Amino acid sequence: MAAQKNSFSVALFSVLFGLIIGAVIMLIFGYNPISGYTALLGSAFGSTQDIGSVLTQMTPLILTALGFTVAQTAGFFNIGLSGQALAGWVGAVWYALSFPNMPVYLMLPSALIIGAGLGALAGAIPGWLRAQFGASEVIVTIMMNYILLFLGNNILQNTMSKGIKVSAETTKQVGANASLQMKWLTDLTQGSSISAGIFISVFMIFVVWFVMKKTTLGFEIRAVGLNSDAAKYAGMSAKRNAVIAMAISGGLAGLAGTIEGLGNYLNFFTQNGSPSIGFDGMAVALLGGGSYLGVLAAAAIFSVLKIGGLGMPMSSGVPFELVDIVTASIIFFVGASYLIKLIQKRVKAMDDKAARASQDKKAVKAAADSNKNSKGGE
Amino acid sequence: MSLMAMLSLVISSTLVYSAPLIFTSIGGTFSERGGVVNVGLEGIMGMGAFASIVFNLTFANTFGAATPWLGLVAGAFVGVIFSLLHAVATVTLRADHIISGTVINLMAPALGVFLIKVLYGKGQTAPISQDFGYASVPGLSHIPILGQLFFAKTSGPAWLAIFVAILSWYIIFKTKFGLRLRSVGENPQAADTLGLNVAKLRYSGVMISGLLGGIGGAVVAQSISLNYSASTIVGQGFMAMAAMIFGRWNPLGALGASLFFGLSQSLAVVGAQLPGLKSVPSIWLQIAPYVFTIIVLAFFFGKTRAPKADGVNYIKAA
Repeated sequence: MAAQKNSFSVALFSVLFGLIIGAVIMLIFGYNPISGYTALLGSAFGSTQDIGSVLTQMTPLILTALGFTVAQTAGFFNIGLSGQALAGWVGAVWYALSFPNMPVYLMLPSALIIGAGLGALAGAIPGWLRAQFGASEVIVTIMMNYILLFLGNNILQNTMSKGIKVSAETTKQVGANASLQMKWLTDLTQGSSISAGIFISVFMIFVVWFVMKKTTLGFEIRAVGLNSDAAKYAGMSAKRNAVIAMAISGGLAGLAGTIEGLGNYLNFFTQNGSPSIGFDGMAVALLGGGSYLGVLAAAAIFSVLKIGGLGMPMSSGVPFELVDIVTASIIFFVGASYLIKLIQKRVKAMDDKAARASQDKKAVKAAADSNKNSKGGE
Repeated sequence: MSLMAMLSLVISSTLVYSAPLIFTSIGGTFSERGGVVNVGLEGIMGMGAFASIVFNLTFANTFGAATPWLGLVAGAFVGVIFSLLHAVATVTLRADHIISGTVINLMAPALGVFLIKVLYGKGQTAPISQDFGYASVPGLSHIPILGQLFFAKTSGPAWLAIFVAILSWYIIFKTKFGLRLRSVGENPQAADTLGLNVAKLRYSGVMISGLLGGIGGAVVAQSISLNYSASTIVGQGFMAMAAMIFGRWNPLGALGASLFFGLSQSLAVVGAQLPGLKSVPSIWLQIAPYVFTIIVLAFFFGKTRAPKADGVNYIKAA
């Protein structure tokens, strides 16, 4: 309980410090930080369309953050979320475009499973390589990000048939049978690209929480992450759990990519770099501190920053990149939580000194109160 | 195309693509030999690229043909400053090295493009007028055949990089500083007991990686991309990290791996001009460095080769 409270305050201070750094940078370069942040809030909450955009942004971040958390629980640092998401995105869009006449009740579940499955496969490979050969999953996932990026673009440009593309760089839009967008949601948010994906994401928070906290599988993954030797002595297979944890992690990222493909963009287009939802999701998970509700809150904060940032250049002249600087700063402070803990310790020490005097007073008063009470009892 | 012309095309473009990888992977070697994992090389390269382009655009008229070389100095300087962020976070504030490195990677393109927008009012700079281009090494280029292949119309930074690789090997394995740096990367506690300043040595390792990573980024910017935008550095830093591992944390190994990756990258670019390689889809050449790194990592080295205390924070007993 104490640990959780602490990490919550670390997260809070990190966000605060990150925003302060953003303000300082705005001041240095001659922008007004107040109007900058006002513009940010205005374009994140100004209309229902903006709120829809924030929710659209949150959708994949929740899933990639969950994926990162699961891998981290098992003792893995999954930097390959963006590649795994890309695998799901390409696969699901390709599949959806290949069967334009499949009925929606067959298409959507199978497309989601294919997308998540491809992500799971992309996650399982580094998990297996680490479990079997001790190859660092950090390096392998980074390498796989690039392999999957180049393969994804190559599939789009050279493998997909001309019939499902509008140009060499972009596919056609997926049909209504594969779209996750819902008319009432789109209408409600004045045409934002929000989709049923947000419900899937929030539901997955519950599913992942349940699997990790309430099932044998989750228990084993946690045990292996805490101490793989001890888990081995208790009869658990560290290898099997490593592969499964990384597959779940990759599967969640793949699902995020699938929802980007079938819910947000409705197509796939040439990517210049790995999708940012991977690294952003990692940032969300780190800020969320491994807690499942924390992930939801952190995803909301980053999405507000991202969507709000889009409106900053228009109304306050501050370049959009400022919010990425703020995001990076927030993670810096989360990572360097020792700094925040140190500050808290110093402040607490000073508080304690000041409090001691008043505490003495209180103690005297409390003693007097209890005297009164006991007298009343007689 | 004659055999000579083909060979010289492949060699010169290999050197162009290898040069940034050589510098940066050796930078990473210094950092990790000192025990600080540096996945932030990508970001450091980005800041080096940014600084060199800004310098180049500003001073091209003043310094003329020497501008790109001075641009390397600018890149190196900003690289060192930026790497200090990683050093402070990991050594002083005990942050997780991978998280801190990721912060560097998230921060660099954002900061770079932010500053470009502030300075020039748009998301990418104009192309520079003074780039490295191709130069001949005086004297050596007159050697028959070899001179023509390796030293005529070649990449200046690549030869500097090769020199730096040899120098770094000497520094890491033959000097007092190198021995001390390696000892804090292997067993910081023992090094501390012997009176070495672990924090100072780790700071210097990270700062050297900033210096060389910044130069690496400056080389990319001034010999390949010729301007700065968010997509100037996409993956070269990670590839340099792969080269460092491929080269088993040895500068000469990193040199070899970088040359190999440079060859693979250059074949992906110039392969279409070469008979025989035309039929190989460029995708295979594009992904080859990454696939090889995974194969080598998994099937040949495992995890045992990295410096023992690589990525482990050293918390001195109070």
